[in-house]
Amino acid sequence: MKKIWAWGALIFGLLYFTLPLIGMTNFSLKMRRGEYSFDAYAKVFSDPRFQETFTYSIMQALFTIAFGVLLVVPTAYWVRLKLPGLRPYIEFITLLPLVIPAIVIVFGYIRLYNTSSWLPLTGSIAGTNVLLMFGYAILALPYMYRAVDTGLRTIDIATLTEAAQSLGAGWATILGRIILPNVLVAVLSGAFLTFAIVIGEFTMAALLNRPAFGPYMQLLGANRAYEPAALAVIAFGITWGCLGLIQLVSRFQKSAPPKA
Amino acid sequence: MSSAHTGARPPARRLPLHWLGVLPFAAFVFLFLILPTMKIVVGAFQTPEGSFTFDNVIGLFTPSILSAYWISIKISIASALLGCLIGFAIASAVVFGGLPKWIRGPLLTFSGVASNFAGVPLAFAFLATLGPVGILTVFLRSNFGLDLRLLGFNLLSFWGLTVTYLFFQIPLMILIITPALDGLKREWREAAEILGATGLQYWRMVAFPILLPSLLGTLALLFANAFGAVATAIALTGSSLSIVPILLFAQIRGDVLGNPHLGYALAFGMIVVTGIANAIYIWLRARSERWLK
Repeated sequence: MKKIWAWGALIFGLLYFTLPLIGMTNFSLKMRRGEYSFDAYAKVFSDPRFQETFTYSIMQALFTIAFGVLLVVPTAYWVRLKLPGLRPYIEFITLLPLVIPAIVIVFGYIRLYNTSSWLPLTGSIAGTNVLLMFGYAILALPYMYRAVDTGLRTIDIATLTEAAQSLGAGWATILGRIILPNVLVAVLSGAFLTFAIVIGEFTMAALLNRPAFGPYMQLLGANRAYEPAALAVIAFGITWGCLGLIQLVSRFQKSAPPKA
Repeated sequence: MSSAHTGARPPARRLPLHWLGVLPFAAFVFLFLILPTMKIVVGAFQTPEGSFTFDNVIGLFTPSILSAYWISIKISIASALLGCLIGFAIASAVVFGGLPKWIRGPLLTFSGVASNFAGVPLAFAFLATLGPVGILTVFLRSNFGLDLRLLGFNLLSFWGLTVTYLFFQIPLMILIITPALDGLKREWREAAEILGATGLQYWRMVAFPILLPSLLGTLALLFANAFGAVATAIALTGSSLSIVPILLFAQIRGDVLGNPHLGYALAFGMIVVTGIANAIYIWLRARSERWLK
């Protein structure tokens, strides 16, 4: 009886989650009348706008990851080492992006950093790109900070720091050659999640008018029939790939020797 | 406390040095998270000339804006409730239902993927499934003679958005509630059974009260999650359904309300709604963690 009920719940979930995936895959293959083909994918891949926006979003994701790591790793390390009393407050701040909707944050950017303000970031293309990257770093902050902070918890940073200092290492050496390699798996988890978030992000890129992948998908969805389904399959593949890589690196850590 | 510092400097210089370490982080968060939000909040109470006013917030209480908030809140509540219910059913089926053990790992991995599969592509997936020529729509029409449209179902409506949002709500629920279900100790169930409780009594009088704070807390989180979702809604409905995020998006793009400061108030209203939901979440979460240790 209990088992039937449990299987029922599982099968319902399975149906609900596989049907849209089947639907989009099926639709993406039906561009040619009467038979299955990869025409929609060929169309998407050969579209110069696709290549442009996809490259743009990948670059944004990479810069966001680099910036996020440079910002979060030293801060999380420093707070754990010297200012543990500050941890609850920092944790609270890093959770704020989950409370304040992205559309509100970007609205604030537009009003705060426009051409007539003290920091006219939206006045130039390069400035807007930087602003968008900062926005993505804010969106990724809850995930990045938690991943790194959890990683730091598993190592004894006080001892490692003192050992390095007694051997004459400066702060840059300690962070770059001792702390970072030790929390690399955590950093990579945060990085892949950041990548998955940035690559399809729509709201911020659209409102800042940057040619990112998310707004491109939305535009294509409004004008075409089969290509959007192909894009959905690609996007799902990217998300799956990022999450899969997180699993892979965390499994790698368990079997890796302590000296990374 | 410890003298980890290299030099033998007087301790008075330590304090400012310590605080300097978090300065870049603090400056970044202040400039790109706190200050933009403050700008919105302050702007909601300002006239275009800069003096204080309640007019913008009062301006929200027009039928069209109120109905946008109301639809948004309804969709968020419905998708949060259903997400909680279905997610709970699936999670408890896997944890207690006697299903094969290997299902658990793939289910949690898939939940991680699906809870991140939101936004524009999710809308495409549901258009290809439940849209006018979607696979399920066509299948039901040609094989069972069921026309979803005639039955009153429309993807670009309240129920359409709710069904779509469930795709990321249910997995989020599974991810959050599975550890809580694991936290239910075997001994509690055995103790209840020894005292003569039936399965239903155990759930109603032991497990449910313990889980209640984390259930309600997750409900609040799912609510905020759906309330702030912009991309899925826009890709799915264009601008045909007037919900708050879509209205705000149009307002930022082209001042459709005809008053820039009404836009601030609209955004301020969103912060208030998600803020309340998350305050409830944090409060209940702290309560539930007392039990599940």
